[in-house]
Order: sequence, then structure tokens, then C-alpha cells
Amino acid sequence: MTNHHRTYFAFLMMTILLIAVGILQSWNVAFNILNLCVISAIMALGVNMQWGYAGLVNFGIMGFVAIGGLAGVVISMPPVTEAWQAGGVKLMLGFATMLAVIAIAIVFWKRTRGWKHLARRRYVIMAIILISGYAVFRYIADAAVVSIEAVDPAKTGYLGGLGLPILLSWIVGAIAAGLVAMLIGRIALGLRSDYLAIATLGISEIIIYILKNEDWLARGVKNVNGLPRPVPYEIDLQKEAWVNTLADGMGFSVVNASSLIVKIAYLSLFLAVLLVLFLMAEKALKSPWGRMMRAIRDNEVAAEAMGKDVKRRHLQIFIIGSAVLGLAGAMLTTLDGQFTPPSYQPLRFTFLIWVMVIVGGSGNNYGAIIGGFIIWFFWIEAEPIGLWLMDLLTSGMSEDSALRDHLLKSAAHTRLMTMGIIMMLVLRFSPKGLIPEAKR
Amino acid sequence: MSFLIGRDMVGGYGGANILNGCTIGVDKGEIAVIVGPNGAGKSTAMKALFGMLTLSSGEVLMDGQNIMHLKPQERVQLGMGFVPQTANIFTEMSVEENLEMGAFIRRDDFSDTMEQVFTLFPILKEKRRQLAGELSGGQRQQVAVGRALMTQPKLLMLDEPTAGVSPIVMDELFDRIIEIARTGIAILMVEQNARQALEIADKGYVLVQGENRFTDTGKALLADPEVRQAFLGG
Amino acid sequence: MTDVINAFVLIANFILVPGLTYGSQLGLGALGVTMIYSVLRFSNFAHGEMMSFGAMVTILMTWWMQAQGFSFGPLPTALFALPVSIIATIGLTLTSDRLVFRYYREIKAPPVTLLIVSMGLMFFLGGLIRFIIGPNDQQFFDGERFILKARDFKAMTGLSEGLAIKSTQGITVVLALLMVSFVFWFLTYTRTGKSMRAYSNNEDLALLSGINPDRVVMVTWIITAVLITLAGTLYGLDKSYKPYTYLSLLLPIFASAIVGGIGSPVGAILGGFVIAFAELFITFAYKRVLGYLLPEQLEPSGLMQLLTTDYKIALSFVILVLVLIIKPTGIAGGKTL
Repeated sequence: MTNHHRTYFAFLMMTILLIAVGILQSWNVAFNILNLCVISAIMALGVNMQWGYAGLVNFGIMGFVAIGGLAGVVISMPPVTEAWQAGGVKLMLGFATMLAVIAIAIVFWKRTRGWKHLARRRYVIMAIILISGYAVFRYIADAAVVSIEAVDPAKTGYLGGLGLPILLSWIVGAIAAGLVAMLIGRIALGLRSDYLAIATLGISEIIIYILKNEDWLARGVKNVNGLPRPVPYEIDLQKEAWVNTLADGMGFSVVNASSLIVKIAYLSLFLAVLLVLFLMAEKALKSPWGRMMRAIRDNEVAAEAMGKDVKRRHLQIFIIGSAVLGLAGAMLTTLDGQFTPPSYQPLRFTFLIWVMVIVGGSGNNYGAIIGGFIIWFFWIEAEPIGLWLMDLLTSGMSEDSALRDHLLKSAAHTRLMTMGIIMMLVLRFSPKGLIPEAKR
Repeated sequence: MSFLIGRDMVGGYGGANILNGCTIGVDKGEIAVIVGPNGAGKSTAMKALFGMLTLSSGEVLMDGQNIMHLKPQERVQLGMGFVPQTANIFTEMSVEENLEMGAFIRRDDFSDTMEQVFTLFPILKEKRRQLAGELSGGQRQQVAVGRALMTQPKLLMLDEPTAGVSPIVMDELFDRIIEIARTGIAILMVEQNARQALEIADKGYVLVQGENRFTDTGKALLADPEVRQAFLGG
Repeated sequence: MTDVINAFVLIANFILVPGLTYGSQLGLGALGVTMIYSVLRFSNFAHGEMMSFGAMVTILMTWWMQAQGFSFGPLPTALFALPVSIIATIGLTLTSDRLVFRYYREIKAPPVTLLIVSMGLMFFLGGLIRFIIGPNDQQFFDGERFILKARDFKAMTGLSEGLAIKSTQGITVVLALLMVSFVFWFLTYTRTGKSMRAYSNNEDLALLSGINPDRVVMVTWIITAVLITLAGTLYGLDKSYKPYTYLSLLLPIFASAIVGGIGSPVGAILGGFVIAFAELFITFAYKRVLGYLLPEQLEPSGLMQLLTTDYKIALSFVILVLVLIIKPTGIAGGKTL
């Protein structure tokens, strides 16, 4: 089978599977899965740029996705004026102080380079500047944070956002993730593959810790709910005449029809983004730039010898890929209508995306998208399928058998096992994934 | 017939032949030296003799036995010792441990072999507890040779043992190699320092493009004006 | 003077004892990671789940022994379940190597491939463990809870601060000490141990010397399995056993191995303690210590904490990232890939 056939076949299978879910479970479930399939595909696309084009191991996916999610909050939620009055301004002053201290420290460090009479004292002075700066910052900020978090903590207790349309956060999320990636890339990209993986994983954990604990920013573990939507609300739709007629015509209940319409509205937004990204990614991959990236990936030393600025290119692709992840994160938060820092776990947001890229076929954009679709589908559907299989397997046992009971209860965990087995099988027997990278 | 002989060896990497039918042999107690310009296939010829390169034709015999099918490790068991050109010691282990690892395949008591190595290279005894990676270049080479001697080989192969060491250390090392040969071990080495190496060689091979260009005793080669002109810089 | 002693006891109780315990647990885990890294040359992301597996078998065995009515007085039953779980974990590591890792070693795959493969194994084991024992907290500690109770200590010394030592803390430190000494003895003095170091140092030369790579790999997995089981069980015994925590333990363990210098056994142990003590020292509230040491009018009103305990685990990642950037070879000067 050529790649083209494989691609068509895979998409055909996905369609059939989703239709089956629509008929067997419900259309709402099917569209829910499909929506997340598209978001997963975008994440996979982002990782594929970094790994597939350039061979960079980014295990910090979770962090970039969460930054995108945070952008959703910061852009769309209304500002909490009381909190700003209570301590917001003061907190910003605190940050300004810290920035000033860092600036002073940098200037001091640069200006005193080579001042022999300072010698070791240079380090001491540097430490004093930084520590006393941190103390001043904590002195200002701690009080400010306390007063911000005391403002109606059950409902707000944070600074709120800018009250702008949430769609704007898709762009802002991408830019924010890109900026963070630039910072991380500058310090971590010099590391070799293993270390880069571990460093990015660590940094993403730090990002989540900050989001979980800095309540003034996005309410931490208390979550932010009720983000404004880019699409209409079900309740409003149910009042519309055309929705009622449509529901009658399709034989759905109005409630059902309205939630389907909302999901389809989201889907069309997501698909538009996916399409644009995909076209851009394909164009980039086929351009001289893409050729250069692959040349660097395949032989860094040779590429460097040919005068390619490997470090710069790596940083570039790391930023672009991470920005795509931030975009996907903002989209996810938009779809969820809430931002929940505790839900960001590496298994779901970092390692699962890697399974998608590996299974789909690294270095191939079609592969990444199909990987995103298939793996997300099975991630969700492995549970009902596992339960069904377990039920079938244990049907011979008596109703009150303890083993049967245990097996049925544990069926949900088969999905982790399934992911592991799929991944190991693909790596072993089809290491280039379902849709291998095309030879150009 | 020689104790070890590689006859009409043809082979190379990835389709391109580096060896084009050269023949190399060495006898017990004798020093054979392979010299020649860069890319002549000197190291490749040695690797072929040691089984690190599959030959497309030709044969390798040791003590009259065909050893073509044996892996390098198995050739070590048979009595071949090999000192690679680079990365030839365990840098993170002590000198003594390096020698112990050399004797890994021996199940008997090898303490007297270690004493022999220490008699040959007294500095190693002094530094036996020191990490091999901390030694000077010449001392490292001594460790490398010592390691290979621990299996009590009948044949010792050295790939450019004097690469990167000072002339004084080189002379010293050659003296030791002569001493080793006097104990009845066959020595085959590849050398960049052709003139000095041929001076101690019982047999010399001048390889060019994977073929024997000249084969004679070391002295005769040194005396041959053609060899001097082309390979020894006049 | 009593004030100074009280301050010291306070620090001993809240930093020294827990730090020694947690450091030992991390050190055992990091030593395993470092062994696999130096011999098999990849970062094993399934390490946490392997620890979880070992702990799980210990728990199942403990339950079985408890059901049979075995009791070992003041000692926890889990200690006596260890031999079985060690054997089970050796089985697991050797099977994983045979079915998963060996193939990539033979085709000489780059380390990053093995890293990704180990991620697949991580998923599989995570599922398997949850499938068998469920995702919830499991208690399996029995026996005497304390070696030294705070109340007894106060009565004994007449100090106002108490010092408590849990028996799990004692057991952790003693077992870790025994195991680490054994591993060091093994690597330094035995023929097999030396051959492992040789293989790790210079693979080609080790092969030339007749060292059998399959044997080196097998012994490495066996020793690592013992380390894994001990680390997993001791952590579960001391804190509590929950499958998810073992995934989150992976990063502090990698942090310990890297901070110490990956590939260096001494470094792994050192790194474990550095991470553990850094977490405790930086998130400890010094208010009461200063209360003892400073004159009354200078007593601080705040908690005097450098960072809130919320950031305890994040700290190990910060240290990890700092070390990776500033000195990737770690304290003891390990390898860089």
C-alpha cells in the first residue's frame, strides 16, 4: 500500500468507527470524541514538527498546553476590579521590582567582568543583590497576594482576565507558549536528547506547579469555570425556532439537537484551524527550509559543517512547535469552558501525545493527524470496549464470582495497557508508524 | 609457513574494497610491521586478520588452521591479542583492574602473568591503584599492551601503538616490544613511524592500495632506495 | 543552651530524619536508573512503574501472609514478603529486556529510541498494575509504628521539643545502607561487578576482552530489580502506596541521578540526599527554630519559609534543570550523552 492509500484507508476507518459510536452510543459522544480528536491531532502536529522534522525530544507538552489554557482565562474572563484594587497594582509593582533587580544584577555582572580587584567578591555581591531583591519582592508580593486571594475567594480570589473574546486567546496562547519555549529553548536545547527530554519534563512540571499554587493568577486548584464561549449556548439555541424544526425533522430531542449544534460549531472552528496548520506545515516541510531541517535531523555534524546554524534552527522549530501546542491548549480550554490546573498530568498531556506521533508516523503530517485521531479514539473508547470484552470473557463465570467482579471493575485500566502495547508493537514492527515519512 | 597468515585478502566496507589481495604473515618470536601511505589499508588488513572485517576472498590461517569463521572474541581465546589504536584502555578503572579485565577469559590464577607485565612495565606496578585515564599517553599505551598480554597470547597485534607519543616514549615502547617478541610471541604492528618501526622489524610489509608493494626484512626495506624514496622520505 | 539543643532537635525531627529517609529512597531509585543508564545506555522511563510493580507484589504477598496469620512481632510483615517480590521483579525486568529492550540493543538503536520504547513499557506496566491492584491508596504496614516516640523523647531528655523516629524510617535507612554497600562491594571487588564497570566504560574493549555482554546486561537487570523492589516497597511502606505516586516519583529520581552525575553510583546516592535535603531545608518554616535562637524582641512574626511546602516537589525539578544547565555532568562527574 502506498502512503496515499494508507492515508485514505485510515481516514475511512476513522469515519466508520465514529459513525459506529454515533449509532451504538450516541451522536453526542461521537462528536465529543471527534472534537478532541482534532485538538489531539493539532498537538501531535506540533510535536511532530519538533520530533519528526528536527529530532527534538520535547517531553514538556503538558506545560505548553497549560500555558495556552491559561491564555484562555487571561483573555476571556472579566477582570476582578476589587482584586486589582486590593492588591493587583501592588503585585505588579512587586514584579516590576523583581525585574528591576534582575536587570541590575545583569548589568552588574556584565559591567564588572574582568574587574580583578573584585575577584571572588563579585559572586558575593551578586548573591546579595539577588537575595535582597528576592526578599523585597516577597515583602511586597506576599501581602499583595494575600489581599487578592481574600477577595471573595469562593468565586474569584484572583485578578481575573481582560474580558476579551476567547478566540483571541488562541493566538495569544500560541504566542505565550512560543515565548516560554524561547526561554526554555535557550537554556535546554544545548542538551542531548535524553537530557532534553528530562529537562523539558521537569520544566513542564514546574509550570503546572505554579499554575496550581498561584491562586491570584488563575485560582489554582480551585479552577476557573464558566469561560465565555465563541459559540452559542444550548439554552439559547433551544429557544430558536429553526433548532426546534431541525430537531423534529431529525427525530432528536431539542436538548440533544442543541448540544449537537454546539459541538458541530466547535468542530468547524477546530477543523478550520487544523486545515490551516496542516497546509502551512506541509508547505514548510516541502520548502527548502523543511529540507534543511531534515538534513540537520539526519546528520547534525554534516549540516553544521555545511554552515547551517543548527542551534538557531533547533530553537526556531522548538518555538514553532510549542506555539502550536499552546494554540491547541487554548482551544481545549475553550471547548471545556473551564481551566483546571490539576487535570494537567504528564500521562495524558505529554506521553499520550507521544504515542500519537509515534503510532501515526513521525516526520509525516498526515501520520501525526491520523495518530491523533486513532489514539484519542481508543483512549476514550478502550474503556467501553474493554468493559464489553471483559463482560464477554467473564460471562461463563458465576454472577457473584470475586474474580469476575474484580475484572469488570479493572477493565477501565486496560486502556493504559492497550496504549503501551500498541506503542511497543508499532516501534518494533513498524518503527516509521502507520504513515511513514515520505522519501523526498 | 608462518604462524599467522592472511593470504590474498580481499575485502572492505560497504561494497568498496580496501584490501585488494594482500598477504600478511608473522612467525613466533618475530616482529612484523605493516607500513604504507594513508588509506593503504594497513589498519584494515589488521582488522581482517583479527576478524573485525569479513573478507570476500582469501583466507586467514593460524597455526595451519583456518580461523575465518571465528569471531574476534573466539580468536582471543585461541591466542590472539589485539591492541586497538584508540580507546584501548578502561579509563575509569585502575591499572590493576585493566589488567584483570585483560585476563577476563582466564579462569586460572593469573597473578604471575600480572607480575610479568609489571616486570616489563615497572611504572604500571607503581601506579597499579591509579585510574588508567589519569596516566600519561605513553603509560596508557603500556596499560593497553599489558592488558592484551594478560591472556598470554601467542600473537600480539598492535594498531599504531606509538600514535601521539613523544619520540623518547616511542623508543622506550619499541624496546619493550622487542622484549615481548624475545619471549616467543609473534608481533604484528601497523606503524605510522615507518623508519623507526622497520629498524626493529624482522619482516616489513609496504602496502599500497590494499596490495603488497614490497615485502622483505626490515633492514632490506630500509636499504632499498626505491622504498626510501617513496615511503621513508629519502 | 537548652534553647540551642531544642532548636537542633527541631531541625533533626523535621529535616534530618525525614531527609535521611527520603534521601535513601531516592538514592536507591537513582542507583537503579544510573546502573541501567551506564550499562544499557538509556534513560528508563519505566523505572517508576517497575518500582510500583515491586511494591505491589510486596503488598499482595503481605496480605496473603497476614491472611495466613503470619506475624513478625514489631517488624512489618512486608519485610518478609520482600524475597518473593524481588524474585517477581527480577522476572519482570528480565522479561522486559528479552521481549522489549534486547531487540533495540541488537540493532544498535540510538538511546532516544530506547527511551521512547521504555515509555511504551511505562504505559503497559501502569495499566497492568492498576488492573491488578486498582488505582487507590493501599495500606500494608503493620507491626510497631515507632522506634522513638516524641513523647518518650521529651520525657527522657526533659526538652520541650520532641524527636520521633518511625520504624519505617529506621528500616528504610538500614536497608538502603545494606543494599548500597552490597552494590558497591559487588561493583568494586567481584569479577562480574568489574566486568560491568568495564562494559559501561568501554564496550568495544570489553567485548575484545571476552566479556559476555548478555551476561553483563542480565546481572545489571537483576541488581536493578533488587534496587527497584526495595525502593518501591520502602517508599510505599513509609508514605503510602498509590500507583500514581510512582509516576510522579520518576522525575525526582531522575533528578537525583543527574544531579549526582548520571552513570556514577556514588553520585546517585549523593544526588538522592541533595534533592531530599534541599526540598526540606528550603520549604521548612524556621519560625520556631529562630524563636529558640534569637532574643525575644527579634522573634520573627512570619513563618520564615523560603518557599511554601506547596513547591516541595517542584524544587527537585528546579534543581534538576539548574544542574542540567550549569553542570550536566553532575556533582560526581558522571557521563554526558
